[in-house]
Amino acid sequence: MADEKKLVLDVQDLGIDFGGLTAVNDFALQVFEKEIVGLIGPNGAGKTTVFNMLTKVYQPSRGTIRFLGEDTAKKSVVEMNKAGIARTFQNIRLFSQLSVLDNVKAGFHNSITYSPFSAIFRLPSYFRQERETEAKALDLLKIFDLQDKADTIASNLPYGAQRRLEIARALATDPKLLLLDEPAAGMNPQETEELMAMIRKVRDHFGIAILLIEHDMRLVMGICERITVLNYGMLLAEGTPAQIQANPDVIKAYLGE
Amino acid sequence: MGFLSYLINGLGLGSVYAIIALGYTMVYGIAKMLNFAHGDVIMVGAYVAFFALNTYKLPTVPAVLLAVLVCTVLGVVVEKLAYKPLRQATSLAVLITAIGVSYFLQNGAQLLWSSSPKVFPALVGNGSLTLGSLSVSYVTLITIATCILVMIGLTLFVNRTKTGRAMRACSEDKGAATLMGINVNQIISVTFAIGSGLAAIAAVLLCASYPQVFPTLGSMPGIKAFTAAVFGGIGSIPGAFLGGLLLGVIEIFAKAYISTQLSDAIVFAVLIVVLLIKPTGLLGRKLSEKV
Repeated sequence: MADEKKLVLDVQDLGIDFGGLTAVNDFALQVFEKEIVGLIGPNGAGKTTVFNMLTKVYQPSRGTIRFLGEDTAKKSVVEMNKAGIARTFQNIRLFSQLSVLDNVKAGFHNSITYSPFSAIFRLPSYFRQERETEAKALDLLKIFDLQDKADTIASNLPYGAQRRLEIARALATDPKLLLLDEPAAGMNPQETEELMAMIRKVRDHFGIAILLIEHDMRLVMGICERITVLNYGMLLAEGTPAQIQANPDVIKAYLGE
Repeated sequence: MGFLSYLINGLGLGSVYAIIALGYTMVYGIAKMLNFAHGDVIMVGAYVAFFALNTYKLPTVPAVLLAVLVCTVLGVVVEKLAYKPLRQATSLAVLITAIGVSYFLQNGAQLLWSSSPKVFPALVGNGSLTLGSLSVSYVTLITIATCILVMIGLTLFVNRTKTGRAMRACSEDKGAATLMGINVNQIISVTFAIGSGLAAIAAVLLCASYPQVFPTLGSMPGIKAFTAAVFGGIGSIPGAFLGGLLLGVIEIFAKAYISTQLSDAIVFAVLIVVLLIKPTGLLGRKLSEKV
């Protein structure tokens, strides 16, 4: 491809060992701006482990992760988020006893700059920023069709709405790359269809790159521009959905010989 | 006539317990640990206020502010030195460390200031407000008013500010909070700072009612306030207030109507009954184990 798209994420030779077990090895991945990339593979292939390394929940044993051209070796979990990587979770991890609105506001944490002093003494900067945050949070909820549920306690939301709220909360941290860990898990075909439209909308509206782990092949083949296949912690294949579907190694990994 | 004045005195004592209980409950809610050195932070606050008032002749307000400042710093330093290295350790290790810190502070105070009690100067005199047959001391009124102010201020802080929101987020899921860019260590520090600052306020209120300062001063109020926090539902801020106030009232009523010697036993008996009926405390949430 001759286009001049900017490289957002560049992963080379990535590997991690847990004790004597090598969970991921020699993994490579590139994500360009405004791209939707799928990370697939059989259960236990190491997909979520890759996400955990990209967010620094796990410190990689080998390899480099360059994000927006910058080496991230020394960055902590919080710094990775500040740099612009946000994620959702395979098993939903909302702040379940906080309201829907407060979940999103918590995502805006680092964009609020008033000091504790102005919060305690209720200076104008406190009120102005809290008002702005509230407006931004409500805008975000509107995109995910959650604006009517702003005051609902997160754990009382229906399952599909909780998944949407997780995406909204991640977007509140103003990422350049959004990692979605099995966003369609537990959704029925119609909900999955809506989710696909929503993921595209998020990409277009926010102009960000999206990397997603998913088992639902209709979703993966439907929205991903490129797909990376992981098997036993190793890179198995990489290419467009058509290439991946035709790749004999991938078919073998999924269906056996 | 006795009933109402016992009730108000109970609320006064309960207000002190409530302010101390906040320190236990907030730290438990966020750091998931029982800070048994909290009572001794009260003791340090009492000594600081005593020296500020008595030796350096500071006026009341600067003396209280100084005690708050010293306790806030002490709380943050203790957390950094003693508890932070144990973030990944078992809760038992942290608990024993907290008990160690408690002994360290008590014995340190004994070494520095001797174990003989010092008489805390009167802050507001022995005046009292008389309404008909009812007479309430100013100290009690100030204590209750302070507790109400603390309750309003803290509720606003926790519910309406970014740090408060981050505290609630951390108490739900520290891992997810970190991944949303919230610096959990900083939030834990803020929690210890607030809890310890409140301990200093409680110390001054306590010494205004019981004007003696000694190294083990914080033990009993500490244990009572911990009880109050458990009573109300540990981890719950409204629970700490409710638990503290109820505990104070029960204690004073038990002293007035049943027996002075048995009052503490009665307080703890009530706690046991409440926990038998509602193991999470009055306002506590049921904890569901994550699978």
